[in-house]
Amino acid sequence: MLDLFPIVVLLPLLGFLHNGLLKDKIPHRFAGAIGTLAVFIPFLITLGAFNEFRPMERTAPHLVPVFDWIVVGNFKSSFGYQIDQLSLYMTLIITGIGSLIHLYSMGYMKGNAGYNRFFAYLNLFIFCMLNLVLSDNLVLTFLGWEGVGLSSYLLIGFDYDKSSAAEAGMKAFILNRIGDVGFILGTGFLFWLGGSLQYLQLQTNLSEMGEFANYANIVALFFFIAAMGKSAQIPLYVWLPDAMAGPTPVSALIHAATMVTAGIFLIARLNFVFLLAPETSLFIAIIGAVTALFAATIGTLQNDIKRILAYSTVSQLGFMFLAMGSMSYVAGLFHLMTHAFFKALLFLGAGSVIHALHHEQNIKHMGGLFGKIKVTSFTFLLGTLAIAGFFPFSGFFSKDLILEKAYTYGAFGSILWTMGVVAAFFTSFYMFRLVFVVFFGKDNTDPHHKVHESPWTMTLPLVILATGAVVAGFLQTPHFFLHIDALERFFAPVLSKGYELASLQGTLAEHKSLVHDVELSLAAFSVGIATIGLILAYFLYQRKQSPILEEHTGFRKILFHKYYIDEIYDFLFVRPFLFLSKGVAFFFDIKILDRFFLGIGGSFGVIANGLRRFQSGFIGDYALYVVIGTFCILVYLLTRGV
Amino acid sequence: MNQFINGIPVSYILGLAGILFSIGVLGVLIRRNIVIIFMSVELILNSVNLVFVTFSKALSHISGETIVFFVMAIAAAEAAVGLALVIAIFRHKKSTNVDELQSMRW
Repeated sequence: MLDLFPIVVLLPLLGFLHNGLLKDKIPHRFAGAIGTLAVFIPFLITLGAFNEFRPMERTAPHLVPVFDWIVVGNFKSSFGYQIDQLSLYMTLIITGIGSLIHLYSMGYMKGNAGYNRFFAYLNLFIFCMLNLVLSDNLVLTFLGWEGVGLSSYLLIGFDYDKSSAAEAGMKAFILNRIGDVGFILGTGFLFWLGGSLQYLQLQTNLSEMGEFANYANIVALFFFIAAMGKSAQIPLYVWLPDAMAGPTPVSALIHAATMVTAGIFLIARLNFVFLLAPETSLFIAIIGAVTALFAATIGTLQNDIKRILAYSTVSQLGFMFLAMGSMSYVAGLFHLMTHAFFKALLFLGAGSVIHALHHEQNIKHMGGLFGKIKVTSFTFLLGTLAIAGFFPFSGFFSKDLILEKAYTYGAFGSILWTMGVVAAFFTSFYMFRLVFVVFFGKDNTDPHHKVHESPWTMTLPLVILATGAVVAGFLQTPHFFLHIDALERFFAPVLSKGYELASLQGTLAEHKSLVHDVELSLAAFSVGIATIGLILAYFLYQRKQSPILEEHTGFRKILFHKYYIDEIYDFLFVRPFLFLSKGVAFFFDIKILDRFFLGIGGSFGVIANGLRRFQSGFIGDYALYVVIGTFCILVYLLTRGV
Repeated sequence: MNQFINGIPVSYILGLAGILFSIGVLGVLIRRNIVIIFMSVELILNSVNLVFVTFSKALSHISGETIVFFVMAIAAAEAAVGLALVIAIFRHKKSTNVDELQSMRW
């Protein structure tokens, strides 16, 4: 299966080309099937490769060089793929969840005029994302990195005739570009220091280099800026909630499960750099914790079902960065996977609700849906339990591992842990608010529309994802429950070299091992706090239907308006830029540049007009010029003295 | 170089050639009648021929006189073609005044 592996990357590309080029010539059913198979077959191959790779024993990655791309001097960049535990893990998530979402889209997008185009874009996205995670060098990763940005832009602006969608696409694209500057700078730095862009080469080169630790913080910071953009961390998170203008399967695939986790992946891939950068790691952890808390508070007062989930995604990504910053890469990757399951599930569930209610997204116009759409509501409930961190759903294990690692992390551990726990409380609260309002509360739906369950293409992915969201947590469990550490052993070969290096340099984060009682009480505490969130939501929205959170005054107003961050950015960046651009366009360009170049053109016109007078058409005049010219030449020759 | 040709100083003959040349140029420049202009051009050519012959004689070298034959041949050809053109133009315009011939102007 490892020999077949290039097909994994090739098939989505072929699917994209097929559906993209034959957009209007093939029936929808066919395009959807092609698009789905182009992701599902790679998933099967990856599963085979995963099995064959024997990840627990095999430590060296499997390299698949395809061809050289750019060779200049000692700079070399090639199309080459690196198959190891990390990339296989990511590929499984991408193709697995990807094919479920493709299947779901076949039902969700039915009747949409852009059906074939949509599948072409989805396959393009999968192709780019696979390049991102499978690449063996930074340049190809960057290519995939930009490629997913492009696909995200195309898919957010899928309904391009709606100006809000087009603008949201642009916003996502531009904010991501800001982060990408960090990627390019980091790549340049790494090449300068390590003399190569291949991950394996870099790893050996840097470990032989004594003074790399001096630069590690800068390099790590640059790459973290890139991750901030892609993974929607403060201050570059504002594009993600707006990205909900795209169709719901896109929100599930790109903006919850795959693309936004590229930042996490990048840090895991460059773990040998980040392990040597303790200051930057602390910074990452702080940003992660702040983002987790900040986005969770915004999520409590939003009314658009997809927007709540979007802020939830930002918040969960914050958790992942908290783990990455605490140098516990396994915890971050673990949460990445469980989050991919339950957040994709929640988004698809939300899509199913929206589908059932004829494109109603405001939760105030929903209610009492439980039982009317059985599969959707039941799976949605499971997803909510998972994200809120209830035992023994997957979210509990991954989130608790993160909180535990944060708790034991250096001097700021307890502060980070507190922020994480508060964020977890808010998570539980806003998710159950959503559940109570949408599924249990008073029926506010439009009575003219009949609520209907979605077709099997949509419910089957929901069921599979729900299964994943429930059981995925058992890959890594704490001491007091089964004590499985499959993931830790699985990732050990990828991380071991970095750990060795970091312990040599003395920058390895100290994770105090917890007494089992403490571990148990931490877990119990966070479950308790999630329960409080549930109960609070129940009382406010189910029992009392209290208006306390619906009146938007004071701080609640600030929350409802998302801390006015968009307005602040608008004031600080957008308007000055617009002002500057207008100045350049309407003053500098017209008054100075245009005048300069038009002046050059005009002066030639004036000269030509003058010369025109000499072309009188009279033979005598021409003869005179000949004589004068001859005379001048003679005078010149004579005065020069031949 | 021999300063005299049959007792006449070379400078005299060159002076005569210069005067003839100037008359020819002046004729080309100020006369309006195209036939007269042609005659003036012949005058220019002849003044040049005179210079060639003079130097050929003075330097006792044959090449100058050879060139004169060429010039005469060219002049004859030019006169034949030129006069044919003049006749064609006259038929067309009923005039030999060059100032009226400016239809080639852009």
